[in-house]
Amino acid sequence: MSENESKTEAPEASASEETAAPEAEAQGGDDKALADVAAREEKPSAAEARPAGGGAGPVVRGSVGSFFSNTSTIASREFGSYFSSALGYIVIGMFLLLVGFLVFFPFAFLVIGKASLQPMFNSISWLLPLISPAIAMRTFAEEKRTGTLEMLITQPVRDWEVILGKYLGALGLLAVCITATLTYPFAISRMGELDWGPVIGGYIGLFLGGASYVAFGVMVSSYTKDQITAFFVAFIVGALFFLLNKALIFFGGAATVLEYLCPDYHFTSIARGVIDARNIIYFVSVISVSLMATARSLDSRRWS
Amino acid sequence: MASNDVMIEARGLTKKYGNHRAIDQLNFEIRRGEVVGFLGPNGAGKSTTMKILTCFIAPTEGVAKVGGYDVFEDPLSARSVLGYLPQRASLYKEMGVVEYLEFAADLRAISKDKQRAKIKEVVEICGLKDALPKLIGELSYGFQQRVGLAQALIHDPPILILDEPTADLDPNESAEVIEYIKRIGKTRTVMLSTHDLAEAKEACARMLIVNRGKIVADGAPDELAAKSGSVRYVLSFDEKEARAPKSFQEIKDAVLKVVSSGTVKELPSDDRAHTVEVSARGANDHRREFFKLAVDKGWTLLELRRETLQLEEVFRQLTVGGDAPRRNADGGRAANKE
Repeated sequence: MSENESKTEAPEASASEETAAPEAEAQGGDDKALADVAAREEKPSAAEARPAGGGAGPVVRGSVGSFFSNTSTIASREFGSYFSSALGYIVIGMFLLLVGFLVFFPFAFLVIGKASLQPMFNSISWLLPLISPAIAMRTFAEEKRTGTLEMLITQPVRDWEVILGKYLGALGLLAVCITATLTYPFAISRMGELDWGPVIGGYIGLFLGGASYVAFGVMVSSYTKDQITAFFVAFIVGALFFLLNKALIFFGGAATVLEYLCPDYHFTSIARGVIDARNIIYFVSVISVSLMATARSLDSRRWS
Repeated sequence: MASNDVMIEARGLTKKYGNHRAIDQLNFEIRRGEVVGFLGPNGAGKSTTMKILTCFIAPTEGVAKVGGYDVFEDPLSARSVLGYLPQRASLYKEMGVVEYLEFAADLRAISKDKQRAKIKEVVEICGLKDALPKLIGELSYGFQQRVGLAQALIHDPPILILDEPTADLDPNESAEVIEYIKRIGKTRTVMLSTHDLAEAKEACARMLIVNRGKIVADGAPDELAAKSGSVRYVLSFDEKEARAPKSFQEIKDAVLKVVSSGTVKELPSDDRAHTVEVSARGANDHRREFFKLAVDKGWTLLELRRETLQLEEVFRQLTVGGDAPRRNADGGRAANKE
């Protein structure tokens, strides 16, 4: 949980350094804003006495700092919205329940003698094609359906800031899900000697794999107005690629080239504890291609 | 800056969806401080124009500038000088009002230490005090619309573009929203689209009427009504008297002899009277002639009323059918029969 928070908060911290120093001290009083605004008519504060402020001139933020601050603003709203609706809890609950079924019961018997998490990672990797579309389905589809996307895009933000912000917000939920499974390795490490190398590799693999599925899901979501459609399309395509890798075991030779297309192939490779540049490049490519396609989809509104 | 700066400008603005021209060669200017009503029937191209001005969609042809910034070349600067309330503005329903305004303020790069003051200001302007502790989804639609307005005002923009801010509101709610817009419009340039004329008359000093993607009228409400030049008379004759007109046709023939160009229409009334409505071109006052007509025929005149054409009717004339201006020259009321 805490790991995730630091992940999403990080860009904001760097952005605020660049923008203004007083921001830091104002942040503390931020929570009180609501109460203060509500109590405003009783005693006008010093801040209120101040005139409206320059206002009229354009405030254009062209710097790298603004990019991060817009992205992190959107990301934290996106992340927060999972928990102001039921979706965030449903996704986490469903994920942990399935992990419990798939991992804990079979695994409890395997653990005797040799403490390895290999079976756990394999099981969780089965869940990624299911859980990631659920995380990503809402990102654009829902905002397109309700019309909030128009409101967001007509703010002075770049399309890329919207896409990255939403993607990072979704990754936040993925990170919460994955982090929650850390209880398993800690429990195991009390029972026997645990080789942490493959565990760390496994978690990096899970996160990269999940991040790729989520990126794909975000892209699908940006092409539809219906989040259920977004879920099923992303799920079916993701599951096909996942199963393709399992099926390829039966074919030798040329078919092995296809393995490179399957996220699961690269995941298994990383989960062995060997982090190969090829695997990283694969995940980074899937993510960037998906997000670029998302940008294209978002841009198409202007021309249709 | 001079008071007549052009804040919103459209030159040959065209947007095609396939072969359909949603807007076709729009040209207009809106100057600093003007509150302009952008009127037209549904599907006339109001929203399309506003979406181009707010850089949500790109025009097929033409140039649009907001606050001097080309919306195509420099969309971020253009967006930063305007506040926009889209049609049926939907907000994030799961967010609190303050939370949402903070989010909007963050995106407008208002530093945290100024945000509280800004939020207080817009809460005051839009009358949101009672809504503060609530989630947006719990608010009535009228209040949600006011939150949308607050969001558009958070950075104190010199230009406001409001797309049908009162659609779907009940009469009380829309009156309130219009009241807020009037107050806001005192210090800002506002472009407000609506298909409700009463509202536009209430809030706007100038009207731009669009129909089928083209501007068909531009001017102050009174000017527009005067320009159409049609005058309407209502005549009512007693039907029970000995020398009463026998039918509507008889009245129509008699009236048309008096009024050279015009139309006559029967209005619904009880069986004691014939009531007709006469639309006549030109500024001549025909009342004297109508009275004489009644005297000559020996009909009892129960009512004789003259009224200049209402804005609603001007609007209807301009926006019904494709070649409104010519129809208008024909003498008006014919357009209504479609």
